[in-house]
Amino acid sequence: MAIRERLSGNEAVATAIRQINPDVMAAFPITPSTEIPQFVSSYVANGLITTEFVPVESEHSAMSATIGASAAGARAMTATSSAGLALMWEELHIASSDRLPVVLALVNRALSGPININADHSDGMGAKDCGWIQLYSEDNQEAYDNMCMAFRISEKVMLPVMVCQDGFITSHAVQNITLNEDQEVKDFVGTYEPEDYLLNAENPMAAGPYSVTQYYMEARRGVAQAMRDSKETIIAVSKEYGEKFGRTYGFFEEYCMDDAEYAIVIMGSAAGAAKDACDKLRAEGKKVGVLKLRVYRPFPAEEIAAALKNVKAIAAMDRAESFSGNSGPMSCELRAALFNAKLTPDVLSMVYGLGGRDITVEDMEKIYGDLMAGNFECKELPYRYVNVRE
Amino acid sequence: MKGLTEIRWHGRGGQGAKTAALLLADVCFSTGAEVQGFPEYGPERMGAPITAYNRISDKPIRVHSNIYDPDYVVVVDETLIEDIDVTAGLKEGGAIIINTAKSPEEVRPLLRGYKGRVCTIDARKVSIATLGKYFPNSPMLAATLKVTGLMDIDAFLKEMETSYAHKFATKPEVIKGNMDALKMALEEVRG
Repeated sequence: MAIRERLSGNEAVATAIRQINPDVMAAFPITPSTEIPQFVSSYVANGLITTEFVPVESEHSAMSATIGASAAGARAMTATSSAGLALMWEELHIASSDRLPVVLALVNRALSGPININADHSDGMGAKDCGWIQLYSEDNQEAYDNMCMAFRISEKVMLPVMVCQDGFITSHAVQNITLNEDQEVKDFVGTYEPEDYLLNAENPMAAGPYSVTQYYMEARRGVAQAMRDSKETIIAVSKEYGEKFGRTYGFFEEYCMDDAEYAIVIMGSAAGAAKDACDKLRAEGKKVGVLKLRVYRPFPAEEIAAALKNVKAIAAMDRAESFSGNSGPMSCELRAALFNAKLTPDVLSMVYGLGGRDITVEDMEKIYGDLMAGNFECKELPYRYVNVRE
Repeated sequence: MKGLTEIRWHGRGGQGAKTAALLLADVCFSTGAEVQGFPEYGPERMGAPITAYNRISDKPIRVHSNIYDPDYVVVVDETLIEDIDVTAGLKEGGAIIINTAKSPEEVRPLLRGYKGRVCTIDARKVSIATLGKYFPNSPMLAATLKVTGLMDIDAFLKEMETSYAHKFATKPEVIKGNMDALKMALEEVRG
């Protein structure tokens, strides 16, 4: 039976981890994800779970230990933020190319510099090309649900999964949440039975060996295929989760998109402000909608293009600056998806919310206003910054 | 409770304004409400001005932005009034609740022309009398509940007793002092 609770985003993710009881968790504390390993280590100390908690001396080691445990045959995970994820970068590629089903709880935080502890997606976007599946969450509920689904997806497609939520904005905000019963989560996630693993004496194997030119390209090709094929698994697992727990997720959420002519495309916690702005404008008869991306990797290009095929103008909103000189990372991929589908709506690319800069319902109303008025003007850059001092 | 109530807390790092906001979310949750409680994190240091927020609603809360036009403002440290425009955006139909030994009439001139309801509570006096030390959290929470009318006072006290029993499981001797602080603050709040 569903449990009515109120938890912060970090507590919600830690609760899912407690319910899953992974074999190994290795982590190094970093704001704002610190509470997750903190809660998990207290669960271990209190005997609530049997997870082997490995307190390492850096995030590089955290990911290395997670990879080692996973290669040995354990269900293994970690949690981090910002510079911690950056320090894992080398290992992120190893996890995916070794085809290890590890899970990472990412609490999104700005990258240095200048140093800043608040939310944006620059850490996750910096790791978007490492062969990891990335699920982004709007609130504590989605962070919890995504974590409950992560190992199922990961162990089926043999790719690592990152479950992302916005630092402080959701990680430290206490809000209502519906939890699943412990046993229901355990039953849903199931027991991990690795096919090949280092501790299997019957079938000795190597993990992560040197790959000469004759083999390297095939290994990368394999990851690319697994990423593409993971779309089917993500949908299947999400559908089963929905049938069991009543909350169904897809690659993205379409809010008021049926007849929408103007759409905001966005990921993470700011989608809520966009939805409230959408409701206000719908009450005035305006045909506006929100497309909130949940799955960023694999990028659901064809599906997004199909969902936007009747839209006249789009605000593509990135909470990360990738310094491409063209626009934020999601916006660039969205434009490519539209191009491939031979769609030519106006696309206003926007960067917002860096380093925790607030964004409000009123900001979203103004953005819809610009879309409806055909105001796509950009100045020095071919995209726009929201709420920045010029 | 109908509709949405938005509250902004002003305090200094280490005084527990964040904890008070989370406690308020907790206690309102017990009434079946949709709640949100969150701090705004800046430089984390003792004594620096900090802000925390609450949204309490009868509908699910989707907005995560800060609160610019609150229904209520709670000031945990009266010295902030000089440095910060604590009444910024505060609705005139709402109220401001200030931790001070002064009366509402005495503090009103410091509030940059705010026309709405002004309430004061001497949380230091209440805390010293009931707990023997200065912990403004419990008195501020009680004063806020009384002024906002977010829930029935008897239900509030009952819920807080359960909450303290859980929170102070390892030091039950402080439960009575905190309950007394709540009750005294409910009587002492002025305005």
